[in-house]
Amino acid sequence: MASEKAKSLLGWIDERFPLSSFVSEHLVKYYAPKNFNFLYFFGSLAMVVLVIQILTGIFLTMNYKPDAKLAFDSVEYIMRDVSWGWLIRYMHSTGASAFFIVIYLHMFRALFYGSYKQPRELLWLFGMVIFVLLMAEAFMGYLLPWGQMSFWGAQVIISLFSAIPVFGEDLALLIRGDYVIADATLNRFFAFHVIAVPLALVGLVVLHLTALHTVGSNNPDGIEIKKNKDENGIPKDGIPFHPYYTVKDLFGLCVFLLVFALIMFYWPDFGGYFLEAPNFEPADPMRTPEHIAPVWYFTPFYSVLRAVPDKLGGVIAMGSSIVVLFILPWLDRGEVKSIRYRSGLFKIALLLFVISFIALGVLGTKPATPTATLFARFFSAIYFLFFLTLPIYSTREKTKPLPERLTHAIIPLEQREGWHWNLLRKILAWVAATEAYRCLQGSICSYAEKACGYVEAIKKKNCK
Amino acid sequence: MKTIIALVIFAFSFGAQAVEGSHPLQKADVDVFDLESVRRGAGYFVDYCMGCHSIKHLRYSRLGRDLEIKDEVLRKDIMPEGAKVHESLLTAMNPEDAIKWFGVAPPDLSLVARAHGADWLYSYLKGFYVDQSPTRPTGVNNLYFKDVAMPNVFWDLQGLQKPVLATHGGSQVIDHLEKVTQGKMTDKEFDQTMVDLVAFLVYAAEPAQFARLTLGKYVIFVLLVLAIILFKLKKEYWKDIK
Repeated sequence: MASEKAKSLLGWIDERFPLSSFVSEHLVKYYAPKNFNFLYFFGSLAMVVLVIQILTGIFLTMNYKPDAKLAFDSVEYIMRDVSWGWLIRYMHSTGASAFFIVIYLHMFRALFYGSYKQPRELLWLFGMVIFVLLMAEAFMGYLLPWGQMSFWGAQVIISLFSAIPVFGEDLALLIRGDYVIADATLNRFFAFHVIAVPLALVGLVVLHLTALHTVGSNNPDGIEIKKNKDENGIPKDGIPFHPYYTVKDLFGLCVFLLVFALIMFYWPDFGGYFLEAPNFEPADPMRTPEHIAPVWYFTPFYSVLRAVPDKLGGVIAMGSSIVVLFILPWLDRGEVKSIRYRSGLFKIALLLFVISFIALGVLGTKPATPTATLFARFFSAIYFLFFLTLPIYSTREKTKPLPERLTHAIIPLEQREGWHWNLLRKILAWVAATEAYRCLQGSICSYAEKACGYVEAIKKKNCK
Repeated sequence: MKTIIALVIFAFSFGAQAVEGSHPLQKADVDVFDLESVRRGAGYFVDYCMGCHSIKHLRYSRLGRDLEIKDEVLRKDIMPEGAKVHESLLTAMNPEDAIKWFGVAPPDLSLVARAHGADWLYSYLKGFYVDQSPTRPTGVNNLYFKDVAMPNVFWDLQGLQKPVLATHGGSQVIDHLEKVTQGKMTDKEFDQTMVDLVAFLVYAAEPAQFARLTLGKYVIFVLLVLAIILFKLKKEYWKDIK
């Protein structure tokens, strides 16, 4: 009876709005490759973090005052006098950093499995625009608490625009709305942070998803599942997104929230990386902090900026370090997508790239000593070399033959080739042979058995 | 490959060397859940600090509730004459007078523990030493905050300290501080007093930390249980996928 009523309601809606066909097209009959591994969680996680940021943002806006005289105190008012205000604010501040962790891993996944390659170039471009918007969103949001680091960080970054020849000074003035960071800047950043950029972000997420659902998801093997369909036109290696990936992503989300909650409740400032200590002092235009460091997610690009001695040169270098990511689909001319079947040369290049990105990030948080600058130059060079050498060697890479059908989500250790995997296997075999390992294994097994016994006993009791 | 690893390790290692300031901070053994200690700290703050400093983001009522201080005790021992219970811990000092007397207005201490850290506060409070140079109107200087405008308000409890110089790289620098006179308290008592005061400032910098730290474990427990259930659910749905 109830289901009949629901059906008739659904019919009523479907005559007026394509609800059923939308759900079926994007969830029930959207076929995703069956071998996604954990790197594929971060796309859906990014969406969840976006929702968290928007929801907590709405509640923060209710009590925040975008006024240079009131802003700092209103944040403390939220932390102390607003019911659950501290939780909302920590969710928002932890969420900002979590957003970048998730997005960086999401982008790394694309590099790893060649998800930016034909036919997914537009998908990558939409994603890159989202990334740039996200940086703008985070940068403007960071000014709002009006602490020392908010003020001086914004001062440094906006002054970069003035390095542009001819109209640079005017551009910086236009952004600030004043000759220094001031109330006018705070007001316009608030407007951008709360309305303009989030609106654009949501729109671009829709475009990103539309592009994704047009071309279909890539996978760890980097082969197109649409090339191998059964008699009904369903990819043989595809499974419906709902319920398979909805339940899987729910589990991934839960683990993510677990880590998120651990940080939010027990380490919200994350050793000064998520909430910087100088930002607990109100902005003081007359007093520069000893060491101005941007928040951790900007530090790789900030390092590139500092590596170049000339200001304009630095700005150009920093700009190119982001722009070069946009043209990645055309820099990489290799046919094979996934790192599993690409040459050793590319594997080493990608490893060096990841190392240099992390190293640049670490260097960006430190004061620019001569040694640090030297290292920043070295790693910046590697960063750019990764992109510049890619078009040269990617066409004549020695790749491995691609499989017909999808393989594993994660290649089992026994099937992995290469001296480093051999070494790892040897080490694991050696560890397994030691007395200490056997002891540990034995005790864990006995505890597990005991625990199972308890569970059984409880089950029996309940059954009776 | 090896050179790259070496370079990376080196790059990470000089981060550890770049500790600011020449004097290592003393570790403050602060426990905000030791309410007795935080309550004592609140008392010291009102007696010794509130003459000049405010904690404008903390109300007496909140203080009393969080630290479990009875209303009459709060009114008698903590709140100054004429203060209302929902008011903040505000100093009676006029900032203009303060500028006249000290050269700067004493900063609000609501967030000082989060801006500088408990260890810095503890070291700073114990870091005053006698400095008779004519540029020092208060007659003292501080090891961790050079030429600070604040006088040593705890001199009678702590006793006076003088710097012991050592030659470092050709120039004379302060190596450590040495007691000249004994104060009303023994060294141990004074250290505990400063720990109490710092504990109070750590509490005042984030009163929500009591709620935050106690709530966290329940949320994590629920998420843990949920994660196990969702994992089982995923396994159940996926069992036919090879």
